[in-house]
Amino acid sequence: MVIEFIRYLGSRTRSSFTKLGRGTFFLLQTLSGSLSVLPRPRLLLNQMYSVGVLSFLIITISGLFVGMVLGLQGYYILSDFGAEETLGVMVAASLVRELGPVVSALLFAGRAGSALTAEIGLMKATEQLSGMEMMAVDPIRRIISPRFLAGFLSMPLLAALFSTIGILGGQMVGSGLLGVDDGAYWSQMQANLDFQDDIVNGVIKSVVFGFVTSWIALFEGYDSIPTSEGVSRATTRTVVNSAFSILGLDFILTALMFGDD
Amino acid sequence: MNINGVALQDNLVSVNHLSFSRGDKKIFDDISLNFERGKITAIMGPSGTGKTTLLKLIAGQLYPDQGSVIVDGKNVHRLRRAELYNLRKRIGMLFQSGALLTDMTVYDNVAFPLREHTQLPESMIRSLVLMKLQAVGLRGARQLMPNELSGGMARRIALARAIALDPMMIMYDEPFTGQDPISMGVLVHLIKSLNNTLNLTSIIVSHDVHETSAIADYIYLISDGRVVDQGTPEQIKNSSSPWVAQFINGAADGPVHFHYPARDYVDDLLSAGKRYH
Repeated sequence: MVIEFIRYLGSRTRSSFTKLGRGTFFLLQTLSGSLSVLPRPRLLLNQMYSVGVLSFLIITISGLFVGMVLGLQGYYILSDFGAEETLGVMVAASLVRELGPVVSALLFAGRAGSALTAEIGLMKATEQLSGMEMMAVDPIRRIISPRFLAGFLSMPLLAALFSTIGILGGQMVGSGLLGVDDGAYWSQMQANLDFQDDIVNGVIKSVVFGFVTSWIALFEGYDSIPTSEGVSRATTRTVVNSAFSILGLDFILTALMFGDD
Repeated sequence: MNINGVALQDNLVSVNHLSFSRGDKKIFDDISLNFERGKITAIMGPSGTGKTTLLKLIAGQLYPDQGSVIVDGKNVHRLRRAELYNLRKRIGMLFQSGALLTDMTVYDNVAFPLREHTQLPESMIRSLVLMKLQAVGLRGARQLMPNELSGGMARRIALARAIALDPMMIMYDEPFTGQDPISMGVLVHLIKSLNNTLNLTSIIVSHDVHETSAIADYIYLISDGRVVDQGTPEQIKNSSSPWVAQFINGAADGPVHFHYPARDYVDDLLSAGKRYH
């Protein structure tokens, strides 16, 4: 009984570590393959379209609503202290520092990450990847690397879009509905948000999330068991593991970036 | 060729004392096969005997536990990656599923290897693609997407793609499985005529006895990881082995039993009310 439990623990640990090893090796191959994408921008553009542009709608609408809710909640709390003029700072800071990168990354994992995993998994199941290998075309370079680059580059842009739309949504509710002074909304924001501390750090976060989410999604697809059940499990793992990684990394990054002051 | 008085046939591919296992299961146990240049050689055997695995071993997608595979004088599993890829450019492979890229039209699928491996201008690629499609009789289907093709058509398109780079050999993985009689006839004819007109060497993996014997020059029968019998289709047909006779004639019972191993039938039925299963 105890022996069996220990054996089970051992085999689980071992398989997690071998998977981590495979994943790292996969990442290195993908990164080295990324160089060969540069002379063929067409491959990258196609993927930017399906990973990035097709995520526009969900990012825009979510950003708008998150911004509007922030405007409402912020107004109720700030008006208690007579500080509703600083609503713009509150909305913008929460979006640019946290909600923009984190929520858009979570949405990205659900919208684009799951699609990438399913696509790669099905390509594997229908022998398209090994067919490519047989034609002496490296599937990592031809299929994986362009998708990785596309995800990695799209993420910060989507996060920026999310934050921008969110700030507009906050302004719509704050000054449009609740009567916060429009000039105060913008000028307070301008005066109190720091380019380096707030915006650059937010962008760094979304770059990290884009990197990790794309890596997880592509690796889960590539490493999936090529059956319908295997692909479905891999897709689930992509969303779950991406969410955990995004939230965990967000905590670490926040502690590193905003810890001192 | 003649070395030390021993006549050697001109083999494009030779598999020497190859062993391969997956987990604990031994798939191949010290098998040796030779594939003569310019000929059609068939590998036949029941499903699940690792025929597809053998093709992947020949192409260097899998590594053997022991033994070697020599293709055109090169030991496949000793090649560096770039050399292996160069070798693969000269090998066409037809997958059972066709393995067409589903996000491209038929035209782009056939053009794919040309675009990846050559710097040819689009006008020349167009001519080449149309020639290859003409050879398989599907020039008119070039604007279709793979999901609009029937199984037989998909396999012919995959064949056009496999010959796009004018390979020295083609490996066919179960080319006849699941085809209607007409598609089957078309494929049999295509494999034979392409082999002769393009001066190819063909390896066919199949369990369709009739179609394969009609075009193969030499046949290997494989079962349980070993070569059970080999020879020309004529020799195989007249084989004295009861196993071969059962396989060729498709008899339900024989050396390969109809029943999966189980305990005695009467015992099994009478034990119904008891606790064990």
